[in-house]
Amino acid sequence: MSTAPTLVVEDLKTWFYTKAGVVKAVDGVSFRVEAGKILGLVGESGSGKTVTGFSIIGLVDPPGRIEGGRILFKGRDLVGLPEDELRKLRGSRIAMIFQDPMMTLNPVLRIETQMVEAVRAHADVSEAEARQRARDALGQVGIPSPEERLKAYPHQFSGGMRQRVAIAIALINKPDLIIADEPTTALDVTIQAQILFEVQKLCRQTGTALIWITHDLSVVASLADEVCVMYAGKIVEQGSVDDVLDRPAHPYTHGLMCSVPSSNRRGTPLHQIPGVMPSLLDLPSGCSFRPRCPRADEACLEPPPMAPVGPGRLARCFHPLYGEGI
Amino acid sequence: MTVFIIRRVMQSILVLFVMSLLVFVGVYAIGNPVEIFVAADADQAERARVIAALGLDKPLWEQYLLFIRNAVLGDLGKSFVFNQPALGLILQRMPATLELAVAAMVIALALGIPLGMYAGFRPQSRVAKAIMAGSILGFSLPTFWVGLMLIMVFAVELGWLPSTGRGATAEVFGIETSLATWDGLSHVLLPALNLALFKLSLVIRLTRAGMRENMLMDYVKFARAKGLTMRRVVFVHVLKNIMIPIVTVVGLELGSVIAFAVVTETVFAWPGMGKLIIDSINNLDRPVIVAYMLITVTMFIVINLVVDVLYSVLDPRVRLADMKG
Amino acid sequence: MATVIDRDGIETVPTATTEAPLRRFVAEFAESRLAVGGLAVLAMIIVAALAAPLISPQDPYDLNQLDILDGRLPPGTESATGFTFWLGSDDQGRDMLSAILYGLRISLGVGVMSAVIAVVIGTATGLAAAYFGGRIDTLIMRIVDIQLSFPAILVALILLAVLGQGTGKIIVALVTVQWAYYARTVRGTALVERRKEYVEAARCLALGHARILFRHLLPNCLPPLIVVATVQVAHAIALEATLSFLGIGLPITEPSLGLLIANGYEYMMSGKYWISFFPGVALLITIVSINLVGDQLRDVLNPRLRK
Repeated sequence: MSTAPTLVVEDLKTWFYTKAGVVKAVDGVSFRVEAGKILGLVGESGSGKTVTGFSIIGLVDPPGRIEGGRILFKGRDLVGLPEDELRKLRGSRIAMIFQDPMMTLNPVLRIETQMVEAVRAHADVSEAEARQRARDALGQVGIPSPEERLKAYPHQFSGGMRQRVAIAIALINKPDLIIADEPTTALDVTIQAQILFEVQKLCRQTGTALIWITHDLSVVASLADEVCVMYAGKIVEQGSVDDVLDRPAHPYTHGLMCSVPSSNRRGTPLHQIPGVMPSLLDLPSGCSFRPRCPRADEACLEPPPMAPVGPGRLARCFHPLYGEGI
Repeated sequence: MTVFIIRRVMQSILVLFVMSLLVFVGVYAIGNPVEIFVAADADQAERARVIAALGLDKPLWEQYLLFIRNAVLGDLGKSFVFNQPALGLILQRMPATLELAVAAMVIALALGIPLGMYAGFRPQSRVAKAIMAGSILGFSLPTFWVGLMLIMVFAVELGWLPSTGRGATAEVFGIETSLATWDGLSHVLLPALNLALFKLSLVIRLTRAGMRENMLMDYVKFARAKGLTMRRVVFVHVLKNIMIPIVTVVGLELGSVIAFAVVTETVFAWPGMGKLIIDSINNLDRPVIVAYMLITVTMFIVINLVVDVLYSVLDPRVRLADMKG
Repeated sequence: MATVIDRDGIETVPTATTEAPLRRFVAEFAESRLAVGGLAVLAMIIVAALAAPLISPQDPYDLNQLDILDGRLPPGTESATGFTFWLGSDDQGRDMLSAILYGLRISLGVGVMSAVIAVVIGTATGLAAAYFGGRIDTLIMRIVDIQLSFPAILVALILLAVLGQGTGKIIVALVTVQWAYYARTVRGTALVERRKEYVEAARCLALGHARILFRHLLPNCLPPLIVVATVQVAHAIALEATLSFLGIGLPITEPSLGLLIANGYEYMMSGKYWISFFPGVALLITIVSINLVGDQLRDVLNPRLRK
């Protein structure tokens, strides 16, 4: 009998009420993450993956709002929770890592200030104690001579270091859930590999659940246990990493896999999914992927539900490439 | 850091020389120098004497050197009207102008920053819109007209405050200032308010723009994601970022306030440098004009220098970049 | 919306259409009712100023029409000759309304003329600095920086003290005070634009300097220039009024609003407020409308606030 999952998202809907219309950035998303496990949330820009992350941590700003659904964090529904309660969770039980560390760390405050405040916002400890925790966190992410680093300003660090600092801040209060939004996109491949490895190790060790948001399938392949593929605000496929990436069921996932350069044979032109992701203001009727799908037919004018295509696998398609129904 | 300061000081001295050259050329080459230093009704003998004393018959570059030498020694000629050394006259009036300027700046900052922060934090609220509308008014209303209206309303109609002049002074830290007495404060209030209005609008708009821009930035979202209270996010994270441009602008504006005091002093008959210069221009009291120009230019250059140094102290990026450079 | 079939035979739905930029600009400008109101008022003021000789009840500078006995009458009084002094009369018996209309003409005229000259000089300098770069750029920008570090009123005072008085000299002073802002704005935008590809392309085509400058760089530098110009015109008008009020501005033969206000200063204490008040209001409304329009223009044209 396993313990309850750290996070259960049920039919989450986050809509933006703009002058141009209602943008359904997240439209009925459901998934779960267990303790110590890593979920990869994959999609192109505009798919809704970042907004999903913000919805969980409660940082969706007007004109957006959570329109419906439940976000159960250790059994507690975060939707509708008053801001005060949410603030207590943020940074202590649920932490977030952003994409560009140059812009996320305040350039005019020292690292020390920014780390110490993260501790003292949630625990009544002394400045010295908080600084000690900061030093430990920096050590945990592999930053040498943490004492000096604390006194420095963000712009004195390289990109990789800054991101490690951001990760350290996320870890400093030992959260139960970390949401990482494309944290390695702006970094070199080698640094990226290092960080991925360390993060994975940390999660296994501490039992922290991790949602890794990315558009890069190769990252997901080496890092995650489960993967959810998002398209135009909905999850179109989910399952274990091996299942989804080796035998993709949804034509979009298949298209993404084929587009990865390393999976190409030399000499053959790079595969592209024709067309572009539709604007969320003007979605096609039925399946959102229909206009770009080589397998689409009249049945696809109806919106397909998430249906099982194998043990522990789901896909939102009437004509999946794999599984029951072929 | 010291390299930076030295470099800036050298630059300032250079600018000072250039400006003095411009003033010199303006007065001695364009204007008729004889007319400037000799009163209009002087006779031939007096003219000859002045020409000889000032060396106006010598080549231009020699005159310039003489001019500089005299300036450094503090001799900028004698006022025609008051028959006292021009420099002394101006220095006498300076404290009054500085009082006014400082009072105005304090009002502008003490009111402007909080109002601007609120307007930037909740830009859609009615209060914020009212503040912005008010700031446009403050920005557009010509200072002298506002001064007239202030006198009309508060002094003539309501009789709450005196209409003109400076109040009684008292000594504070060895300086005579009218800010230390109630009478002085009642006299300074209207003119300071008048002078502050323009800057107040500027500070409000700057602060609001800074707030709006910064609140949208990623570091704010990240700070919130850490679970910090909005209070800390605004007053520690955002404030430090917006203070940097505000301080620089305010520092520079101090000079502008001193210059603009000219108008307020005229309207309120405040006995400062500004009123002196206007009267001098009207009376063609040119030694005073020259002295005023030199002094204000020097003051400006010094203010700019101080602001530059202050900026580098506040913004760690500038300071550290300069250290490496 | 109609679907489009592309080369691969795949149907795609095109994303949202882009409106013509001009139409979007007008629409966004009109979002602020204040700004539209300001624009309307400004238009009325300009028309009134241009038509002053035609619409004012009296020619305030024709001495034959003045009767000193009509002096200092409160608003609404009827004169001996039968027409009403809607806004009162000044100490010489001039109808304030007419004086204000003529004054508006002069104030606007001087303000706009100095702005236009300053724009031309500033733009030319800014473009040259950005385009030719190197030492020319450094030299020009040093001059600009130094000049901008001195407040406008001080520069104007110094110039007028040296040059003496007269309309031409006022315009010189106003132009000197403004050109640096334009130079700096244009140079900033031109520098950014110069790095863009279309300039590279034009250079590759070996187009002459002048052509690149005028037909390619200049149009893209216009938006921030327009914003700065609107604000500067308002400042110029205010500065001229201030100088005239102080007695060192336009001569008495060109009575701008500032001078009118100065004339009425002495009568304030005795309660004859209208001689200063109404010209002040006219000045105020003019400047406020220009600023309202300029404000909205700036918000609409500012790329950083668009999200």
